[in-house]
Amino acid sequence: MKPTDITNPEYFHKVVDCQHACPAHTPVPEYIRMIAAERYTDAYMINWESNVFPGILGRTCDRPCEPACRRGRVEEEPVAICRLKRVAADNKGEVKSLMPTAPEKKNGFKIALIGGGPASLTVARDLAPLGYEIHLYDEWDKAGGMMRTQIPAFRLPESVLDEEVGYVLDMGIHTHFNTYVSSMKKILEKDYDAIFVGTGAPKGRDLPDLENRKEADKFVHLGIEWLASVAFGHTTKVSKKVIVLGGGNTAMDCCRTARRLGGEKVTVVVRSPFKDMKASPWEIEDAQREDIPILNNMPPKAFVVEGGKLKGMLFGKVAAIYDEHGKRSLISTGEPDIFIEADEVLIAIGQDNAFPWIEGDLGIKFGKWDLPVVDKTTFQSTLDRVFFGGDAAFGPENVITAVAHGHQAAISIDLFCRGESIYNRLPPTTNLVSQKMGIHEWSFDSAVIEDPRYSVPHAEKQVALKDRKVEVELGFNTGIGFKEAQRCLNCDIQTIFNTSRCIECDACMDICPTSCITFTPNGEEDDLRKRLKAPANNTTQDLYVSETLNTGRVMIKDEDVCLHCGLCAERCPTAAWDMQKYLYQVTKASEIWSISNL
Amino acid sequence: MTYIKPKFRHPELPKNDIGYVKSDYEGAISTLCAGCGHDSISAAIVQACFELSIEPHRLAKLSGIGCSSKTPTYFLSNSHGFNSVHGRMPSIATGANMANRDLIYLGVSGDGDSASIGMGQFVHAIRRNVNMVYIVMNNGCYGLTKGQNSATTDAGATSKAGGINNYPAIDLVGLALELEATFVGRSFSGDKNQLVPLIKAAISHPGFALLDVVSPCVTFNNKPESTKSYDYVRAHLEATATIDYVPEKEEITVSYEPGMSAMVEMHDGSVIQLHKLAPNWDPCDRFSAVRRLQTAKAKGEVLTGLLYIDQNSRDMHNLEQTVDKPLNSLREEELCPGSGVLARVNADFR
Repeated sequence: MKPTDITNPEYFHKVVDCQHACPAHTPVPEYIRMIAAERYTDAYMINWESNVFPGILGRTCDRPCEPACRRGRVEEEPVAICRLKRVAADNKGEVKSLMPTAPEKKNGFKIALIGGGPASLTVARDLAPLGYEIHLYDEWDKAGGMMRTQIPAFRLPESVLDEEVGYVLDMGIHTHFNTYVSSMKKILEKDYDAIFVGTGAPKGRDLPDLENRKEADKFVHLGIEWLASVAFGHTTKVSKKVIVLGGGNTAMDCCRTARRLGGEKVTVVVRSPFKDMKASPWEIEDAQREDIPILNNMPPKAFVVEGGKLKGMLFGKVAAIYDEHGKRSLISTGEPDIFIEADEVLIAIGQDNAFPWIEGDLGIKFGKWDLPVVDKTTFQSTLDRVFFGGDAAFGPENVITAVAHGHQAAISIDLFCRGESIYNRLPPTTNLVSQKMGIHEWSFDSAVIEDPRYSVPHAEKQVALKDRKVEVELGFNTGIGFKEAQRCLNCDIQTIFNTSRCIECDACMDICPTSCITFTPNGEEDDLRKRLKAPANNTTQDLYVSETLNTGRVMIKDEDVCLHCGLCAERCPTAAWDMQKYLYQVTKASEIWSISNL
Repeated sequence: MTYIKPKFRHPELPKNDIGYVKSDYEGAISTLCAGCGHDSISAAIVQACFELSIEPHRLAKLSGIGCSSKTPTYFLSNSHGFNSVHGRMPSIATGANMANRDLIYLGVSGDGDSASIGMGQFVHAIRRNVNMVYIVMNNGCYGLTKGQNSATTDAGATSKAGGINNYPAIDLVGLALELEATFVGRSFSGDKNQLVPLIKAAISHPGFALLDVVSPCVTFNNKPESTKSYDYVRAHLEATATIDYVPEKEEITVSYEPGMSAMVEMHDGSVIQLHKLAPNWDPCDRFSAVRRLQTAKAKGEVLTGLLYIDQNSRDMHNLEQTVDKPLNSLREEELCPGSGVLARVNADFR
């Protein structure tokens, strides 16, 4: 293998698994250390710079960081990253003065944002400090998009949402609420220099061909529409017996909301096996905790209507069969159909993009699944001044992905307005600094804490089920927040190897608790992975290869389960190893808040 | 600051024949200087014991005083241990071995502990062929007392303080050969490929097995002009052969050109396989080992590897015809066989 090029910004970026997995590449270990140091405001600002909605995401994020967390590879459970984000948000001090403001003098460009969700708000935040005049359109009377309409208040209190949406809107954003944009043509006719479409995936999937669907219509609701109607107070009650169809997070939100609006016997019925359910495991757990049974392998067959009233639904029984490619098919088991009583049914089986308001002759092309043709880097559509982001661009994802799209779209819009090539994008900001303070002294807590993951306290069930606005998860207090923060392995503190200093005493190889380091003759990667001190079977993690040493061998470090404990550097007599903090920040359209303020 | 080694280990660590992983053979975190050769030797001992699937409770670690003698804390924390008076480890080992012949005895000593204060003890353990492994972590200086020259410092070498050593070095390997030790080897802490099979062979040897391991003292004796530094040893390393230790039950699969390799069968059926043999050297011929050693010395080489093995080794128990069970397992009727036996013994002396 060739020596590893550690000057490539992506090399160490990959080692910081959580940050790499985060679509917005939030510097996770950096803010976790701030929480441990009780510097909640700084922790919040690190988040806010990257993901715009720390308080919201600290409650509702899909957490792609957590399955990626290295801790999950050396022990049972990852660091509770999402809940720590909430600790920062809950305990922060005054932050408004740390945020950029829109300049009095505008730069002369006007931007329209269609849809007031996380993607549009991110574009607004990144562009407002540059002097853009920003107009935000939304059909509801408040901004927030799906964060407001689809996430129930018992998971995300309105006050948290209003606060963080407010930080963006307060940057002089012109809002056009209660304004459903019904024609892209009309928007294009106005004098906007660029238009960003962040309208999400607003169309809930239905089961139009299911028997008696029409007859049952009065008692059947589409999940996301029903949740929105609850959020805005239009729906306040539900019948006693409710069936929720679907196995995603929307289904979990529907069933739990139904429990709070009078649903006594709420049942979730899923077509697929339990392990294939799309809902996050913690959402499923929360639903089960509220006495909601989840029935699997049961596809719906018919609505049963008698005398104009819904009586219930019929379900078949299937088993999941996987072929050699892992492709699943649901095969009927031949068991008799099952009838489940219900007064109302909520259909939450997925959602689609829908752009009935974009006329076909505008030059905005649509491709597969009626999704717009959008460039994956620039988020530009086939009409050069129209950009897409969030669920509207590539189909339903999540809030943090929408934020990541927003950052990139903002960069494109800024370059486009200034007449520069939108492919002329800046690389990320990176920095690598030694953490050495003295012999055996580092400027980070290098000791590895062995505590298992801390669980989060919940509101009492009886209280929570009475009021849909009572938040269920109570979050960590600062004490447990500190303990959980200490579980972080500081993966951004990199082990840097200097070949010319090494005297090959083997001290690092001998001390490494997780057998990551091997001195061995060089070879091909496949061969090397087999003959290291411990097998390096996780090929998603790189091998760090040194230049050739005096004895003709090379140092190979398997990044997979490195604890970043610093023992290699502490046991090195010649400081050939050093622990250096690697900062990686996605460059935004404007400088929002510099981490060097810390 | 990390003074504690984290408990997390690689989740896919291989297991040995008795179900242990290598970390089961580890000890406390070392307090020796960073980069000390002794730590590498400790790691080699851990590796060898893991590979031999030794049950930790079947091994006793014995040591004297010095940096080297601190190391038993840093490996095999589930084994027995005795940290004796300076230089007196051979007596403790002899006594322990007499009392319980079933344990594996691993003595760890240094150049001060063996070649100076403990020399009188060291030679008698060899002479008696006590069944033990005797590892000398040889760094050519008194590291624990700030790096003064030791009895194994080569003549003409300068200490870190600048003083030149006027006295010739005691070569423990040469001495052991002279005393007809039954297993003599030398190695280098920075060469685990050689050291681990040597330790394994030494453990299998029924008798006194000396391993003189050059172990650089990074703090006081790692200057390029020191003959015990990493650079010097690597530049002057000369091996008798490359060595493989093959346990009894494993089939030998690698074959080498005739004349270039030798196989030494051990009493327990295991085999030491040597290849790329040095010329004019036979591992079972003491004279050739002495000759080879002297030639290397004259050339300024550090000769490593297995130097000599006596396949007909008879250890102290064998020579004394002692009882074949540990004393603690003898019952009263065996210890006091009655007046009839006593009368017979007395009659022998009449």
